[in-house]
Amino acid sequence: MSDSMEFLLFTKGTLFNWALAIFALGMLARLVEIFWLGRAPNYAEARAGQWGPGLRTVFTRSFADPGTFKRSGFDVLVGWVWHLGFIIVLFLFIPHIELIKSVFGVAWPGLPNPVIDAISALTLAGLVAALVHRLTHPVKKHLSDFEDYLTWAVTFLVVLTGYVAYHRLINPYPLALGLHILSVEIFLVVLPFTKLTHMFTAFIARWYNGAIFGRKGVQS
Amino acid sequence: MSELSLQRGIAALRAEIDAPVAAFFSSCVHCGLCAEACLFYQETRDPQYTPIKKLEPLRRVWQAEFTLFGRLKGLFGLNKKVTDELLAEWEPLLYDSCTMCARCSMVCPVGNDIQYMIRKTREGMAASGHVPEGLVTAAGRAVRTGSPMGLQWKTLQVQIDHVESSSGLTVPIDQKGVDYLVMLSSMEVINFPEYLEAITKIFDHAGVTWTLSTDCFEATNAGIQIGNKDIGRVLVQRIYDAAVKLKVKNVISPECGHAYTAVRWEGPNLIGKPYPFRVFHIIEVLDELRASGRIKTEGKEDDRLSMHDPCNLARKSGVIQQQRNLMDLVADNFVDLKEHGRYQWCCGAGGGVSSNERAAELKMTAFKRKKAQIEEVAPERMVTMCATCRTQLEEGLEEFNMDIPVVGLTEMIAEHLVDK
Repeated sequence: MSDSMEFLLFTKGTLFNWALAIFALGMLARLVEIFWLGRAPNYAEARAGQWGPGLRTVFTRSFADPGTFKRSGFDVLVGWVWHLGFIIVLFLFIPHIELIKSVFGVAWPGLPNPVIDAISALTLAGLVAALVHRLTHPVKKHLSDFEDYLTWAVTFLVVLTGYVAYHRLINPYPLALGLHILSVEIFLVVLPFTKLTHMFTAFIARWYNGAIFGRKGVQS
Repeated sequence: MSELSLQRGIAALRAEIDAPVAAFFSSCVHCGLCAEACLFYQETRDPQYTPIKKLEPLRRVWQAEFTLFGRLKGLFGLNKKVTDELLAEWEPLLYDSCTMCARCSMVCPVGNDIQYMIRKTREGMAASGHVPEGLVTAAGRAVRTGSPMGLQWKTLQVQIDHVESSSGLTVPIDQKGVDYLVMLSSMEVINFPEYLEAITKIFDHAGVTWTLSTDCFEATNAGIQIGNKDIGRVLVQRIYDAAVKLKVKNVISPECGHAYTAVRWEGPNLIGKPYPFRVFHIIEVLDELRASGRIKTEGKEDDRLSMHDPCNLARKSGVIQQQRNLMDLVADNFVDLKEHGRYQWCCGAGGGVSSNERAAELKMTAFKRKKAQIEEVAPERMVTMCATCRTQLEEGLEEFNMDIPVVGLTEMIAEHLVDK
């Protein structure tokens, strides 16, 4: 068996199991360490319930208010482009669906490969734009630390190696695919210990935001 | 400050961390959109005013002590520490350049309620002794005298005498069992005495039973602004005791935004139990009287009027439509500012900034956001319903030579009452 095939099998096998385990346990720990803190009882008379407004904010906070869009249109659009692109490619690329089917037994229709290809390219462009913006915008420069660049890099690598493997830009193919899987594993391992957790916790944060404001009669 | 003060501060920060705080910090991706929602950043373009960055002391405690990775890093001494120098550096960011207006909380794409965390971080700042002098003085006076401005009942009594002689009505004092206990703010008593006369006339007109209390007339809460729950509790307890003693059904917060959020939302949690009475902002009461047909008005203002929504009343308490209903009652030519209601812009003086002399210049710079909003719709007069906002609007408009008078909504309603 060639070295590249061995590498692929290693990334698909042992390494993937380890990465998945670290991701699952790490993320579980993160969620537990959030929820075990709880909230103090609130004795103020509520104007409205919390669940409805909380769930509404989980959805509505995906869209910027007109004033924010006017002031930060580039940020909002670039964020949308690459987040949406990432999600589409993750869940609607046919080989990804096949993988999900083999693990969870559920499947859904995918998008044609050329469409996925174009979206991947757009996602990469969006991520590059986001990086340039981070390096040049005064507020982002002020806020950014090592973790911001690390999380950008591991995200970018996942999409880039996927794009490279699809276009056979590295040979042999098992090596290219192995690199893609390896980058996914790095992403999974890094996720619970960095701000990549926002993939899950942002929905919790939005719910709390909506619930806190909703209780006071404000749809946030 | 001493090591003990620092440890007290860190302990206070630790005590403030709850599930929402952990969810918020876990979710921040440093996108910086909160800066665009902050009037201090908007008007200075200085990145240090980015709201999420103002929470660095609280974030460090959360990361070091409430995350698995932080605890692991702690074993190797790799966590960034909260130091006295850090707190000293952050004091102006948390007090001078934040009015706790919560606009950033409304805009953050991951849903971080940043204002919720600013309020909590101030607890640590106060406990460690890093609070602007003006706020410390105001809080001390509030505890000692009952008023952050040191106002005594005898001064209010003079105002009451004026109101009674000019209106021919009686201002009820210490009346038991009435519908409403009316609270005031010292700034209102001193700067806008017309408010007391207005509610005296309106309540007489609507047949509302009400009273002032000689035990407690001040509704503002310097403890909340400074970030000290003990002081906050003492001040709320006074209102609670006065209301219970007089057996009133409701307490009315005056035309003051933060007093309302202090009594309405934080108060019960500060004293650790629900109230046996309800709390309303005066605007809510007036709109209820309007809706039930108990306020009859005649004539309308015909000049171009616009309105400033106090953050504490609108975005932080959901009172948004009521003031517009009341404007419709008395104004023919009302135009809203473009971003209003829950997306309105702060006047720049709330959250204790107006009591903080060090922040005076920055406060006026931040006002330029409101100035720009006002210029967009070019009203002849502005209407608002918070004494602090009103003072800031008046001072700001004066500073920028804009000849736009500012009026309180309650007094405007009183001017249009049908004679009995």
